[in-house]
Amino acid sequence: MIGFIPKIIFNGILTGGIYALVAMGFTLQYGVARVLNLAHGEFIMFAAFSTLSLYVLFGINPLLSLAIVALGFWIIGFLLHSTLFRKLLKSSPSLGAFESSSLLAAFGLLFVIQATAKIIWPGLPWRVTFLAYPIRILGVQVMANQVVALSFAIGIALAFYFFLMRTRMGKAIRAAAEDRATAGFMGINTDRVLALCFGLGAALAGFAGVLYSMCYSVSTNMGMNYTLIAMIVVVLGGLGSVPGAFIGGLILGIISEILNWTQPLFAMPAFYVIFIILLLVRPTGIMGKS
Amino acid sequence: MNIATFASKRFLVPVVLVLIVVLLATAPLYTALGTIPLMTTILMYIILAVSWTMFSGPTGYISLASAAFFGCGIYASALLFERGAALLPLPAVIVMGGLAASCFAIIVGLATLRLRGIYFTMFSFGLLELARRLFQYYEFYVTGVRGRYVGNVDGNTVYYIMLAILVATLLTVYFIRRSRLGLAMQGIGKNEEAAAHMGVNTTKVKVLTFALSAFFMGATGAIVATRWLYVDPTIAFNLNYSFLPLLMAIVGGVGQPYGPVVGGFAFAYLRHVLQSKTPYYFMLVFGAIMVLVILFLPGGLASLIERGRHRLGGLMSKLWKGDQAEQHADT
Repeated sequence: MIGFIPKIIFNGILTGGIYALVAMGFTLQYGVARVLNLAHGEFIMFAAFSTLSLYVLFGINPLLSLAIVALGFWIIGFLLHSTLFRKLLKSSPSLGAFESSSLLAAFGLLFVIQATAKIIWPGLPWRVTFLAYPIRILGVQVMANQVVALSFAIGIALAFYFFLMRTRMGKAIRAAAEDRATAGFMGINTDRVLALCFGLGAALAGFAGVLYSMCYSVSTNMGMNYTLIAMIVVVLGGLGSVPGAFIGGLILGIISEILNWTQPLFAMPAFYVIFIILLLVRPTGIMGKS
Repeated sequence: MNIATFASKRFLVPVVLVLIVVLLATAPLYTALGTIPLMTTILMYIILAVSWTMFSGPTGYISLASAAFFGCGIYASALLFERGAALLPLPAVIVMGGLAASCFAIIVGLATLRLRGIYFTMFSFGLLELARRLFQYYEFYVTGVRGRYVGNVDGNTVYYIMLAILVATLLTVYFIRRSRLGLAMQGIGKNEEAAAHMGVNTTKVKVLTFALSAFFMGATGAIVATRWLYVDPTIAFNLNYSFLPLLMAIVGGVGQPYGPVVGGFAFAYLRHVLQSKTPYYFMLVFGAIMVLVILFLPGGLASLIERGRHRLGGLMSKLWKGDQAEQHADT
């Protein structure tokens, strides 16, 4: 049993790394653009399938698709926000009204994306073999693709965090999240910043989807599960907090791996119990401001 | 009494409604074979859309928990059947299904309806997963059965019960809209803090209406279970029944009481016509319609109907006045 512990921890961090990317995108879209994107998981599913198609049809290396898919998703997210959500924002009487209507619009998108995926990729779960051979790290036997996916997940998360904290654009994003109206007065083009953020959220979902497809088999029904996980992670980390999403993702990944090892049937209910307790006791999350 | 008074909303609407109910109630006597099961399904979707709107429409709390309540009803019904025979009379089974869902809604509501809108939505979204896993655990470890057989009930009986639930749901909606409770709910939807300051016990109002809407979903689930014959937790707690009521209600429009009825009918009928040929294209188109409705038609299909009615009303009164003027000229 003791021998399994390093493996559980490694697998937990791997799962957690993907969860972290998923949740960072989700929290960014809500924290800045105020869209609770129920279709977030569907973006991940779509990215995973796009990677597989690129690999099978054109032989494009999944690591290369990381860039292609993320760029494509960023453009899609940017366009979605600057057409659909911007119009909703302008026509909503209050921020609360916008949160409801954007949630419903995202809900409509969920159906559109899922149905499109089911038309393009019908049938059973798909699986691609990429770097599927075992290697040993610190005495633990792991799959090479998992190591690659984990390092990319952590690298992307760190790069994104530094982008937010150290660049001019990142500063503008944080300002818009804090107070959109004032940020506008300070000369920030908030329309563009919000669309950019929504695009970045979609791109992060794209990254997560590509990395996921490298390690696990994918199905067109997997999206919903990831939307739920993103919600739990962001509540754990504080809705709107990017570092919170990262830490929350890792914590939830390790918890899920431990549960999968001991009580697979309990994994989701346990998440959910954590979720309920957090919502009732500390809705602002571990990193959120009260 | 002239035509204008007779044609006014006050007389016309109840007469038309009663006519529709009578037509629906006598439908099994003259419709073709296979129509009644279809109509039962359509009624089921309409009830789900209407009862979703009962709570979420006026308060603005978007619930994604419908399937959890629907599933509660299904399971209550499955537990009340033994070897194909109901342990209680059928109406009692239906009421028990509704009550099971209501109790669940009260427990959940007391814990979560204090939460701000967006947190409530997230919470209700996960509720289904929790309910399904709990039942899976119960069946797997406690009873040791994988699923259950529910007794067969005559198709026409199912149809009549479904119709009765729909009428009860619509009457409830009507009376809530006319009562203090309805006003309190609208107050919560417009500005919850202001409503609380004016003496509305917001938690009580929300939990009460949440439980009421859950009752009708549960009752529908209880009768639907008898059509499905076999039920297990995965079948009973299906995510679609959380999503579709919302979709139908928004497309139909939540501002008017008949909005979800229109949305539910349009959805269920189109689904029947199109799904066997192109199931995914159908969902694609319906999702796109939902996005377009939110963008360009915030009141849903009902607002289109209202607009048409106003125009028609204007036209009618113009004609009527013109007619009168002519009479005056004659004399």
